[in-house]
Amino acid sequence: MSSVDPAAGWTAYAETAAETAAETGSPLLTELAILVLAAFVGFQVISKVPNTLHTPLMSGTNAIHGIVLLGGLVAIAHADGVLSRFLLVVAIAFGTINVIGGFLVTDRMLSMFKRKPEPAAPAKDADA
Amino acid sequence: MTSIAFIQDVNFINASYVVAFSLFIVGLAKLTSPTTAVQGNKLAALGMLIAVVATLLAPGLDGSDFALIAIGVIVGTAIGIPSALNVKMTAMPQMVALFNGVGGGAVALIAWSEFRGLGGDLSGDLEFGIPLVFAAIIGSISFWGSNIAFGKLQGLISGSPVKIPAGLFVNIALLAVAIGAGVAILLGSESEGLFVLILVAAAVLGNLAVLPIGGADMPVVISTLNAFTGLSAAAMGLALDNYALIVAGMIVGASGTILTDQMAKAMNRSIGSVLLGGFGGEAPAASGPDGSETGGTVRSTSAADVAILLAYARLVVVVPGYGMAVAQAQHTVREMAKALEKKGIEVKYAIHPVAGRMPGHMNVLLAEADVPYDQLKEMDDINGEFGRTDVSLVIGANDVTNPDARMKPDSPIYGMPILNVDESKQVIVLKRSMASGFAGIENPLFYNDKTQMLFGDAKSSVAEITSELGQL
Repeated sequence: MSSVDPAAGWTAYAETAAETAAETGSPLLTELAILVLAAFVGFQVISKVPNTLHTPLMSGTNAIHGIVLLGGLVAIAHADGVLSRFLLVVAIAFGTINVIGGFLVTDRMLSMFKRKPEPAAPAKDADA
Repeated sequence: MTSIAFIQDVNFINASYVVAFSLFIVGLAKLTSPTTAVQGNKLAALGMLIAVVATLLAPGLDGSDFALIAIGVIVGTAIGIPSALNVKMTAMPQMVALFNGVGGGAVALIAWSEFRGLGGDLSGDLEFGIPLVFAAIIGSISFWGSNIAFGKLQGLISGSPVKIPAGLFVNIALLAVAIGAGVAILLGSESEGLFVLILVAAAVLGNLAVLPIGGADMPVVISTLNAFTGLSAAAMGLALDNYALIVAGMIVGASGTILTDQMAKAMNRSIGSVLLGGFGGEAPAASGPDGSETGGTVRSTSAADVAILLAYARLVVVVPGYGMAVAQAQHTVREMAKALEKKGIEVKYAIHPVAGRMPGHMNVLLAEADVPYDQLKEMDDINGEFGRTDVSLVIGANDVTNPDARMKPDSPIYGMPILNVDESKQVIVLKRSMASGFAGIENPLFYNDKTQMLFGDAKSSVAEITSELGQL
């Protein structure tokens, strides 16, 4: 656990992360390794989703890429000048719309998918 | 000091990120079944909350930063919550397109401000510069492409393919401009104009790439753009050395790619052929808009006759398409199905993977109308059953039922897997008029001896059938 000088902020964060990685090799290679593994996880998890849930799945993954919001939060700490700050405020607003809207809309859709224990419904999967 | 220092520690933040993306993965895994999906989505949202809070705890943010963050978050919340709560299920494709677009836009803007933050000199740090330029290009394409997709789905822009002269050439040129400007910056140019040029060229490319794509291809476009935004977020993560962005962005990039591939397969087309322009490139007009080859006559019927036909059926299969969404007929369809089930008639729904304007569009609409999801049959499951189906009720679907896809090798949609509606004993097609589908192709199903057409608005037609059923 290295202690970080609060004033140095995210630059220090990035440097420390890089240093940690440097002990085992290039930070870029560490990050690329993470990237590739994440890709395989994405492929694996999604391959099993049935067509029924494709829309909520898209809208759910859509919400997850709202993670770019973090990018805005990180960047605003070291932003200088009016334009840069303005760009980041817009980016944070965009990211927030993406995250909040995405998760809410997915929740609305998913809450509609239910199996009805209705007597009127014919025996399910008579074809099986 | 110690307690604050602890939560501001890099390792603590990174550990929070690990928790966050674990929750994303578990959440997505739970999306594979309707019974666990709601919980899965909530877990993913919890992961996002953890990631955001951990980031806000990090050192370096001062009071004015927090004020700006608050402005952004409040504005975003004020826009995001009402749009998410009020959007109609039929309008879901454009909503997803819009949410996707703002994500891409955020990436592009962050890239721009990061470029400015370095005083424009990226040449010294290519591990930072290359992903930053990549994120700028893809983010900008995704933002503008999604906006065009939104405009098309919302009806603000013509939904039919818009032909752009020498489109492919122009698009390649625009991509070359964006990459060229990026390379110049990476080689040491500090011109902000050049960076803006990257964003603008990619923006025009995003517009021109989506404009020529027809409405029926929208499922492929939306999932491609979704993958793009994910990839741009991952690239931004590489530039900012942020593990949460890398992992979450890449998972979305990978899943979006898989979904795009599945959509394209369901249409028997390559992703490339969709993205390089709609069916227009294959000149379906040449096959004769007058339907001369198809010939035959169309038999029109009435709601009362349809009701009688349905009342004496044992198995009825409903085949919904985009027309059902446009007419907002899902609830009336459900009412009709209930009336049939009350008479002991079995009702199933045949869902083509690309019916509607986004993957799984029909499932969402029917779920909204309280149709139990186990009555919704995927193409491979239902195709074997059309042989014993007494009546197929095609509601606003067209190209996904076109038998030419099986039988006519020179048809533009030849080879596309379809619902074999024509194998059922009787077919009723609910349709507004004899206009052809988005692909602009004649559908011989309409001229089939077994087929009767019920013209009119799908919602009122179905309502009429239901009331006729009640009187039988």
